[in-house]
Amino acid sequence: MNEIRVLSATGMLGSGFREETMRRGMALEPHFIGVDSGSTDPGPYYLATGDTHFSDSAYKRDWRLILLAARAAKIPAIVGSACTAGTDSQVERLVRITREIAREEKLGFKLAVIRSEQNKDYLKQKLRAGKITPLANAPKLDAAVIDRSAHIVGMCGIEPFVEALQHGADVVIAGRSSDTSVFSAMPVMKGFNPATVWHAAKILECGAACVVLRKYPDCMFARITNDEFIIEPPNPDYRCDPVSVASHNLYENSTPYELVEPSGVLNTFSARYEALSDRAVRVSGSTFKPADRYTIKLEGAELAGYQSLIIGSVRDPIILRQLDSWLDGLNQAVHDRIVAVFGADVVGKYQYEVRIFGKNATMGRLESETAIGHEVGLLFQVTAQSQELATALMKSVGHMAVHYPVPEWTGLITSIAYPYSPAEITRGPSYRFNMNHVVEPATPLEMFGIEYHTV
Amino acid sequence: MPKLWQVTKLIRSKNSGPFELTFDVIFKDRATYEKVRDAHIINQEWFAKTYQLKPAVVVIINYDAASAIKITIPRPTISGDINDTDVFGGQQYGPLVELEVP
Repeated sequence: MNEIRVLSATGMLGSGFREETMRRGMALEPHFIGVDSGSTDPGPYYLATGDTHFSDSAYKRDWRLILLAARAAKIPAIVGSACTAGTDSQVERLVRITREIAREEKLGFKLAVIRSEQNKDYLKQKLRAGKITPLANAPKLDAAVIDRSAHIVGMCGIEPFVEALQHGADVVIAGRSSDTSVFSAMPVMKGFNPATVWHAAKILECGAACVVLRKYPDCMFARITNDEFIIEPPNPDYRCDPVSVASHNLYENSTPYELVEPSGVLNTFSARYEALSDRAVRVSGSTFKPADRYTIKLEGAELAGYQSLIIGSVRDPIILRQLDSWLDGLNQAVHDRIVAVFGADVVGKYQYEVRIFGKNATMGRLESETAIGHEVGLLFQVTAQSQELATALMKSVGHMAVHYPVPEWTGLITSIAYPYSPAEITRGPSYRFNMNHVVEPATPLEMFGIEYHTV
Repeated sequence: MPKLWQVTKLIRSKNSGPFELTFDVIFKDRATYEKVRDAHIINQEWFAKTYQLKPAVVVIINYDAASAIKITIPRPTISGDINDTDVFGGQQYGPLVELEVP
């Protein structure tokens, strides 16, 4: 085997791709189809709760087309970071969808399921043994943080995928995995140069993101040989050029030159990007340095509190010209009212914040622009350790805010427009990411259980 | 003097995981990229002042292969935490857009 061909279905399972593009990609005879299904981008909610970024219908649409194409060509279909965060429940969800599709389409295959959710006792023991170390800007990690976490996943490398493929799996569904490992596992298993493979995987993992102008999510295709890979979009409306491919190394990465994986570091410093045609690019020259110690990145999320929100807007020019001092007065009045109603004990049991849309809602304290327009939006936010308390506090905030005076007007005013009744909106629990650490397992497979099912 | 947006094809910000924020400034052509790069218009001090950080934590990388400058900083708040304003980190590049370049 001197060339391995890879079809990347799309950047994220459920975001979509064109059926016609997949047909064109399959005509190029890939050796497997890979797709990533996860991200931390939409925040900690998905890891904390097991809810998913896309609907079951969206996952099913994409996954059905992938499974049908892969089974027809008798090639593996590999998905990583199942259903957003890769928790066990999200993996189960994709397994259930897979079984439904198999039943509906009369497909039969060997399914491997890789689990990435972590045992808390295992992690606490690793912590005690000094085998967990922080990455950049990591919050403090101790046993209490591990205990409080709603879910903790480990981000697997290629090894569990390789294990599953060597066991003859036709379909692999993995929990949290590095985006690139989905695409690197089979080529590395087949003996291709890891430097070429990992670089190709980084370009493939976002589907059509590496084209010159991505108008909608779609498939991507690569031919990998030992010393180079050729990337070319199967969609004839898309094209890659050397800059678009090189630019993709920048995407959601802290550096374009290094990609850290459990088993080593890809270095693209000396990579060459050459146009092979007006739409295909040849990439070569990266290096891969195996890691001195094998590490798995941890992701955890915990409850931050329960929230109640009010959305409102202010249009009165008299209020707007003194917006900051008016809000300062309001915030003090809110504090006084809350203490009067709930007692002094409540101080420290809640957090209250007002965000001003039209002023600094995007950048907060970092905003340097001071001008505002003819109206502003206000977002009142109360966070407390129970929903009952958050909602109760917000009812007082809402009434205080809507009638808070300005000196220029005499008589009772209604100073904020509330679009909803009731004004307060229950947001429910809010979560936070609570670790950015790596752990040293005794073996690359130690943290990831693999099960096989005949579907 | 032109503004940065006039000589670039993309200025963006994005999470690099929940604990870091990264900015990509991708220039329209190599010559302008080199001019801006060599003039050190985008530097640690400017970033530190704008994003209220210590200069030492600002990482600036010149990426010749894409005629791009990348800047990575610690995220002002952890993505999605209760005081975060921008979960994806996608709208934090505003101050760069109007930066004057040679």
